Amino acid sequence: MNPHLRRKLASAALIIGLFVLWELLCRMLGVSDIVLPKPSQIIVTLVQRMPQLWPHTVQTLYTTIVGFAFGILAGVALGMLIGSSRLAYDVAYPLLIGFASIPKVAVVPIFVLWFGAGTVPAILTAMIMSLFPIVVNVATGLATTEPELEDVMRALRANKLEILWNVGLPRTMPYFFASLKVAVTLAFVGTVISETVASNRGIGNVMMIASSSFDVPLVFAGLTILAALGITLYVIFSFIEGRVTGWATRKDEFAAGL
Amino acid sequence: MTSPGAAETRPAIDPFVQLQQVTLTYGREGKQVHALAETNLKVGQGDFVALVGPSGCGKSTILKLVTGLIKATSGYVFVAGREVGAEPMRVGMAFQNPTLLPWLSIRDNVMLPLKIVPPFRFEYRSKRKTEFRDRVEALLAQVGLAGFGDKFPWQLSGGMMQRASLCRSLIHDPQLLMLDEPFGALDQFTREELWAIMQDLWLSRKPTVLLVTHDLKEAGYLANRICVMRARPGRIIDDTTVPFARPRTIEVTYTPDFVTMTQRLRELIVSARPVKEAA
Repeated sequence: MNPHLRRKLASAALIIGLFVLWELLCRMLGVSDIVLPKPSQIIVTLVQRMPQLWPHTVQTLYTTIVGFAFGILAGVALGMLIGSSRLAYDVAYPLLIGFASIPKVAVVPIFVLWFGAGTVPAILTAMIMSLFPIVVNVATGLATTEPELEDVMRALRANKLEILWNVGLPRTMPYFFASLKVAVTLAFVGTVISETVASNRGIGNVMMIASSSFDVPLVFAGLTILAALGITLYVIFSFIEGRVTGWATRKDEFAAGL
Repeated sequence: MTSPGAAETRPAIDPFVQLQQVTLTYGREGKQVHALAETNLKVGQGDFVALVGPSGCGKSTILKLVTGLIKATSGYVFVAGREVGAEPMRVGMAFQNPTLLPWLSIRDNVMLPLKIVPPFRFEYRSKRKTEFRDRVEALLAQVGLAGFGDKFPWQLSGGMMQRASLCRSLIHDPQLLMLDEPFGALDQFTREELWAIMQDLWLSRKPTVLLVTHDLKEAGYLANRICVMRARPGRIIDDTTVPFARPRTIEVTYTPDFVTMTQRLRELIVSARPVKEAA
């Protein structure tokens, strides 16, 4: 058995082991469903209530992806602007940190005030949650591009745009993808916060209603769905990352064109 | 925009590269560093000139001035009879570090100038997989890198990366080739092998070359002329013509005439060092 496969098996065993331990402890100690439902019960709830949960799942996924897409667009644009020159970097960075440290939960009521409850504030919250890691990483990647690499291009009389396209952006890709993996999970957080506060659709809304009626297994079913969605998007971006930035980790698969 | 043919049919402009009363000062007022005092230099078309001298004497500065990467504080830099930057000029540059782009294969790295520099850039899309690819393969083979086109920079040794870097500086048939200590970080044997390759490339293509080096043997082996510089402020204090016939071999560097020449240059450089470092 190769070490790679062994590590994957160990990882899977840890996850399954955790759930088995959870199940056993709940049964042995006779924990009430209202406090902490058993994993088996969560699965049963998931399957039984799926027709009810499914539209909300789609809503949450849709809101997150749209918000995340806007976050990427705005984040890359802002990051390129800030990272393109030393001056812009020094001037804009304090402001950026200031905005980034505002708790996003506090902004949701403002969005609701402006746009009304529903999908729009959720998309906006997902967007601003995912925006900052992308901006900071893209800007840092561009600002730390080795001057020698730019000199190669400048000696060839390349213009600013060509340097950005051929050196700046490829060199920034590892930073960009690292930020995407953080940002995609944050986008889910943003959507769910907004759905909890002001929406009548989405997993966040389902969970809030379920918890107010002490339907704890349904709350946990909602959590499970969110975790599954988060992991799925993370895996997708990791896969693309490996394809695009394999050079940065010096992967043999990348060099072989796989 | 000039077509490449026009540059070749144009009567040879002598000198091809000219520095006229050029000075360069870094830093703000009060803390100024005079990198280059009034410097004059003429290089004929197809000539091979080496710049040697103590570190910090402004050797690399001259290359950057001629390439147009930095601007002179005063004075004029002419290339092909025009002020530098006034006219598109095919310039190749190789540095002490290979500076290959790690996300591109060796082939794509070498092909980079063809993507940027006119007139090649206009045909890049159509010829990328045919004519240009063959051109890259031929040049790679010439420096002993045949079959390495698909590799990535990190899969190659330092010497091989430096060969690829030389290929990149030559692929677009530059009229002007700037070499900034390209062999400095290599071991003795790789270096001597690359000298021979460099000499062959120069003899077959005849670009105008400016070579910055610390190695007098290298300067004597490769160059037609050796300019010795002194530091703080940098200026050219000696200009020696190298008399040995081409193609030169490593054996030439052990002949008494060659040794006498390098010894004289060595003494010039030692005496040109700033006093506090001379001890």
